[in-house]
Amino acid sequence: MTDVLDPPVHLEHHDDGHEEHHGPTGILNWLTSTDHKVIGLSYTVTSVIMLVIGGLFAEIVRGQLASPNGNLVSLAQYNELFTMHGSVMIYLFAGPFAFGALANIIVPIQIGAPDMAFPRLNALSYWLYLGGSITMLSGFFTAGGAANFGWVGYAPLSNSLNSPGSGADLWIGGLLLTGFSAIFTGVNLAATIFYLRAPGMTMFRMPIFTWNMLVTAILILLAFPVLTAGLIMLYCDRHFGTHIYSVAGGGVPVLWQHIFWFWGHPEVYILALPFFGMVTEVIAVFSRKPVFGYKGMIFATLTIAALSLGVWAHHMFTTGVVLLPFFSIMSLLIAVPTGIKMFNWIGTMWRGQVWFSTSMLMALGFLFTFLIGGLTGIYLASPPLDFFTHDTYFVIAHFHSVVMALVFGAMAGLYYWGPKITGYLLNERIGKIQFWFLFIGTQVFTFPLYILGLQGMPRRMAVYPNDPQWKTLNDISTLGAVLIGVSTIFFVINVVVSWKKYPAGDNPWDAQTLEWFTTSPPPHHNFYRLPQIRSERPTWDHNHPDHLSLHHGEHDGVHQTEGSPQ
Amino acid sequence: MPGFGASAGVTESSKSAFHLWQGFSIAAVIIGGLTVVLMLYAVLRYRRKGDAIPPQHQYHLPLEVFYTVVPILVVFGLFAATLVVENKATANPKTNVVVNVNAFQWGWQFLYPGTNALVYGQTTASPVMEIPVNTNVHINLTSTDVIHGFYVRAFNFSRYALPGVVNQFTIRAQSTGMFFGQCTQLCGLYHSLMFFRVKVVSASEYAAWLATFNNPTGIANAAAALKTTNAELASGVASKTSYTKFGR
Repeated sequence: MTDVLDPPVHLEHHDDGHEEHHGPTGILNWLTSTDHKVIGLSYTVTSVIMLVIGGLFAEIVRGQLASPNGNLVSLAQYNELFTMHGSVMIYLFAGPFAFGALANIIVPIQIGAPDMAFPRLNALSYWLYLGGSITMLSGFFTAGGAANFGWVGYAPLSNSLNSPGSGADLWIGGLLLTGFSAIFTGVNLAATIFYLRAPGMTMFRMPIFTWNMLVTAILILLAFPVLTAGLIMLYCDRHFGTHIYSVAGGGVPVLWQHIFWFWGHPEVYILALPFFGMVTEVIAVFSRKPVFGYKGMIFATLTIAALSLGVWAHHMFTTGVVLLPFFSIMSLLIAVPTGIKMFNWIGTMWRGQVWFSTSMLMALGFLFTFLIGGLTGIYLASPPLDFFTHDTYFVIAHFHSVVMALVFGAMAGLYYWGPKITGYLLNERIGKIQFWFLFIGTQVFTFPLYILGLQGMPRRMAVYPNDPQWKTLNDISTLGAVLIGVSTIFFVINVVVSWKKYPAGDNPWDAQTLEWFTTSPPPHHNFYRLPQIRSERPTWDHNHPDHLSLHHGEHDGVHQTEGSPQ
Repeated sequence: MPGFGASAGVTESSKSAFHLWQGFSIAAVIIGGLTVVLMLYAVLRYRRKGDAIPPQHQYHLPLEVFYTVVPILVVFGLFAATLVVENKATANPKTNVVVNVNAFQWGWQFLYPGTNALVYGQTTASPVMEIPVNTNVHINLTSTDVIHGFYVRAFNFSRYALPGVVNQFTIRAQSTGMFFGQCTQLCGLYHSLMFFRVKVVSASEYAAWLATFNNPTGIANAAAALKTTNAELASGVASKTSYTKFGR
């Protein structure tokens, strides 16, 4: 075991803390930088702003639904608001936050790379994303208002006859730009992970987060070009007189749904896998144990990715034009690898030392909320059950459990990696207050919606029949949405209060992976020296050479003394 | 047995869908409950008690195989149950009662081919589709503009009304009454007001209702409606009939 104690490899011969990089500073640095950490930070700030904007839309939507004949907004404005709420959250927050913000910053450091493989392409990705976001949101300032056909933009509602406004075109344009941004980031991540790993960092020594990002990148490359093509065809239908999605010219409206969901269901995992990766790291570190079933976890991720390419039509069971049993069994089977992950997470905590930091609480919030979202998803994989829950609030509740779980994952990631990125910790006390508001708010928000859906309330209703029970359930849900809003305010307060207050040090969590071996924040090209990489947690091996990972049946070796000084 | 939030409904297939729902729910409660208990136990029992480093166990192959194989078996069980109910829900037995349902922005038209009956209404006018009890009623569902959703909660069933496609399904209501229906697929400005109702009546009442249309106005209305509808549907429909084969 002594070989792990080999002296670290020195990459450069100068003192720690002396930054050799002399680029521009301040705003010029932000505008011109190709450093993955600067770009990643821009992504982080932009996507969190998008989270707040999307959240504000949601609060207005919930405000409108507080009474059956709400008149907070008009019918037309309501359609714009839920469309842009979904669009902002899915296209402009969840994805860019996962692969633009955290993966961009963390993946190169986790594998010991100096930067992304294509730094300028990385910068282009960010500017396309920012441009796309502004383009999409600018629809609100046009005469016809923003896009109003739902975030799925079903044809023929989205054609020029039914949605003539330029808000719809800006939606398409914004989505094309962010789509290209995602594709370029996917290329960049895959190339970085395949070609820029440090010596010793074999594929099966990569942290789970990096693994998940690799699989995400591949899914992006498979799925996003399909959406891009679909959007261009939609644009042609709108402006160039083609009839790809319209019956009148011999086109097929359902084709849009096939194209959209062929992107849309892998997209669900493009969004989810990064957050799975984040909580995997967080749970391992705050249980002071290796990831349980590391290899099983990777195979589960690969299985989910493979299956996710064959389940798109479970969004289309009620169209009556898809082969039900095939898409049903494929969708049901996704529960298996997802279940493996769930049990692996529990196994990671088992017999560990579970430390309730804010980050860990957020990860536990993810586990519970995702469990609810996952279990209710199994119902929707069964066509007869989907027939009566499709397009009702049951579906809304299901995927909000899932995406709120991702928000927990995002927060876990921010509290965990924030100190590495900025060099400063966030306040734990305020963080825990934020967690409880978010956790209770999420459950209070979603549970009434499940019941509401089963009682037959369809989605996307600006007004609803005056049924006292529907009103009560809607009011409880609105209360939950308010609690979630309050939790966001606590997050903002936390950032302000903790601003450059609590220096983090290199490794405040006694974490395990390579990014915690370098300084916080890391120097320009990330590392002055690297440890020997002999497992998927080189920093842990370096700090705790007597506590290496064990296989089933193995016992800690003679070197180990329980509670030995570190 | 508890309904887990859903209800049995009034048709044959709504009841089997409800039983399937109950089965899924029992599985979900058992698996979910077990997972929550394991999670809580791990979190509370192994909460941090000091700085000691716990044993670094990473693999336990038999356990991992166990929680891979058992879910696969559960999934195939659920799938088998799904297939049985699905085949019932999508079956189209022979019947004489046919209703052509045309959805449009923002209302419904119910045509009864072979009779003069015609019902038409927009938004909150909430047109009534009248059907006989304990009889297979064959529905031909389509749309003349954007996509709509035909959804009756009491039937535990919904189906898209797609332009260019005629979706076919059969319902068999087992009790009489008035049931609320609504468009579930976003279809534009007045989507949230696109209501309809289904009135299930006895066979004699149904026949009497059909007869009320046998007068010069009714006959003229039905003929005009048929002409307009056929013209609207003619735009590309004929070439798309093969498209319905998977949904039957």
